[in-house]
Amino acid sequence: MKVLLLSLALAAGLTAYSQEDGNAILKKVENNMSSDNRVFEATMIVHGIRNTRTMTLKTYSVGTKESFTEYLSPPRDRGTKMLKLENQLWIYSPSTDRIIQISGSLLRQSVMGSDLSYEDMMDDRKLTDVYDAVKEGNELIDGRNAVILKLTATVTDIAYYTQRLWVDTERFIPLKEEFYARSGQLLKRTTLSHVKQIQGRWFPTRIIYKDMLKQGDGTEFIFNSVRFDQKIPEYIFTKAALKQ
Amino acid sequence: MIRFLLKGLIRDSSRSRLPIIVVSAGVALTVLMHAYITGIMGDTIDVNARFFTGHLKVMTRAYAEDADQVPNDLAITDVDSLLRKLRKEFPRVEWSPRIHFGGLIDVPDEKGETRSQGPVIGMGVDLLGKGSTEVRRLNLDRSLIRGALPSQQGEALLTEDFSMKLEVNPGDTVTLISSGMDGSMAFYNFVVSGTVSIGYDALDRGAMFADIRDVRRALNMDNAAGEITGFFDDGYYDDGRAKADAAKFNDPLKSVKGEFVPVMVSLGEQPNMATYVNMLKYWSTYVASIFVFAMSLVLWNAGLLGGLRRYGEIGIRLAMGEEKGHVYRSMIYESVMIGIAGSVVGTAVGLFFAYLIQKHGINISGMMEGSSAMLPSVIRARISPVDFYLGFIPGLLSTVIGTVLSGIGIYKRQTASLFKELEA
Repeated sequence: MKVLLLSLALAAGLTAYSQEDGNAILKKVENNMSSDNRVFEATMIVHGIRNTRTMTLKTYSVGTKESFTEYLSPPRDRGTKMLKLENQLWIYSPSTDRIIQISGSLLRQSVMGSDLSYEDMMDDRKLTDVYDAVKEGNELIDGRNAVILKLTATVTDIAYYTQRLWVDTERFIPLKEEFYARSGQLLKRTTLSHVKQIQGRWFPTRIIYKDMLKQGDGTEFIFNSVRFDQKIPEYIFTKAALKQ
Repeated sequence: MIRFLLKGLIRDSSRSRLPIIVVSAGVALTVLMHAYITGIMGDTIDVNARFFTGHLKVMTRAYAEDADQVPNDLAITDVDSLLRKLRKEFPRVEWSPRIHFGGLIDVPDEKGETRSQGPVIGMGVDLLGKGSTEVRRLNLDRSLIRGALPSQQGEALLTEDFSMKLEVNPGDTVTLISSGMDGSMAFYNFVVSGTVSIGYDALDRGAMFADIRDVRRALNMDNAAGEITGFFDDGYYDDGRAKADAAKFNDPLKSVKGEFVPVMVSLGEQPNMATYVNMLKYWSTYVASIFVFAMSLVLWNAGLLGGLRRYGEIGIRLAMGEEKGHVYRSMIYESVMIGIAGSVVGTAVGLFFAYLIQKHGINISGMMEGSSAMLPSVIRARISPVDFYLGFIPGLLSTVIGTVLSGIGIYKRQTASLFKELEA
């Protein structure tokens, strides 16, 4: 009976979306998640195999092309800054007082020991530009109706050939994502939760990243504050800002 | 009788010259081959031990599983207390913590921007500790090409080829970009104190050596080390002893669960090294066996030829009433003398050429370009005590076996037809 009621509820909830194709849903997700610019402070908790490390950081970003991150704590990482401009990434390490461009194999390295790689940060193309989305079904996630989208790459220069997105059918935000290699191997999984309405848009404030090929319990990313459409000084997105 | 036979051999050079030449050549080849293989294998094992495997190595279980990838996130922690335990339990082994790492060396220009960059294999060893034997063990002092060995914290050695490629000179500052113990990217500045040429292409292409304290600071590995390597105090690897020590350490820990429990492995148990150790162990037997067999065939043939050449002589001896057994035995005695003479000459010749290869070596660096194997760029033979007697085994055995086989023909000679044969 429970299952029947659940199915009915799901069916009712999804009627409105049944006519939409996967790409249209993906477009709505992008519109909801992207903004002209944003400034946020976050806590990143890396649950390693031996210990847990907590870092705080502040990020300024304009669209998906430009971003600047400064690590605020712990003392060992304080002052480390990253600048991304288009497809270039620089990192400033205060202990060496060097600005080093991250490219080639270095992009596959982990960002501050987390389950994220620099490569993950670098791909700033819109999902609708590089993937074709197909609806695969529906599922309840934490009591929310979610449509499952299977994304297949339409370009070759991409880190994940396929993705699966569980999209909240009401708020159009992803609740879960899985990233696969061309071989079908699951490489990464993210779960998004603690969805809040910020400046009129729904936004997940807690994301758990899990690199499936890495030991440990994943990386928690908690947004402590998020502000959209802020005035960000232009000098922030320059290499000179890295050493300041 | 021996004196009589010896005089015969000396006076009739046609009876002794060819067999002695054949035996000498075979023995010389055996000795040379053995010294050559011992040199290659010994050097390979020795260099792997000194730079990578040690005679014994202690790692965590998790690290040991992926040791090829040097997973420093699985390194041993609280190294000091483990070192104390090891030094107490195995006093005849010199223990030394090491950190192997990979990464990039980034060279800045005058503005601090990247001027050149190259992948590096790095080793953090105790270079600055009081009484440390690592500099001598790694032969760094004798490998120095430019500059000096690190004398203070923050200094490092680069291999000469690597420094030339990066256009770095002693005194320049370079930045190591690597992966820290917590998995994050690590940056650390080193001043290049000097450059070294190790003589192994896999290392010379791009390696750096720094004091372990600096590497710990760079990779956030406080009181940690990827591995603790142990070297026997006499300097020589003994597989039996290594296995016994490893068992002594591991047995009490077998019931302890956990991936960070330390485990000790011998050189012979480490990837790719078991084959080398076994080959080195059995090589003398293989070489001697092959040459005994091959030379027996050659000398059997030579014996047959000799028998044919001495057909008339043996016929006369038999016709004069000498017993077939006596003729047969005297030929075997002769072969023993030829075997000894050939072995002495062959061993001397073999040792001479082995000495030349030991001293001057054969440069194979051209063949090693791009190779990741830890093989020496210059192959050298190594003369060991075995080489002084090894040649006598095939030298004597094959000569005697050859004569024994070819001499059987004596018993087939018919006394009745001897005079007819001689008349003919």
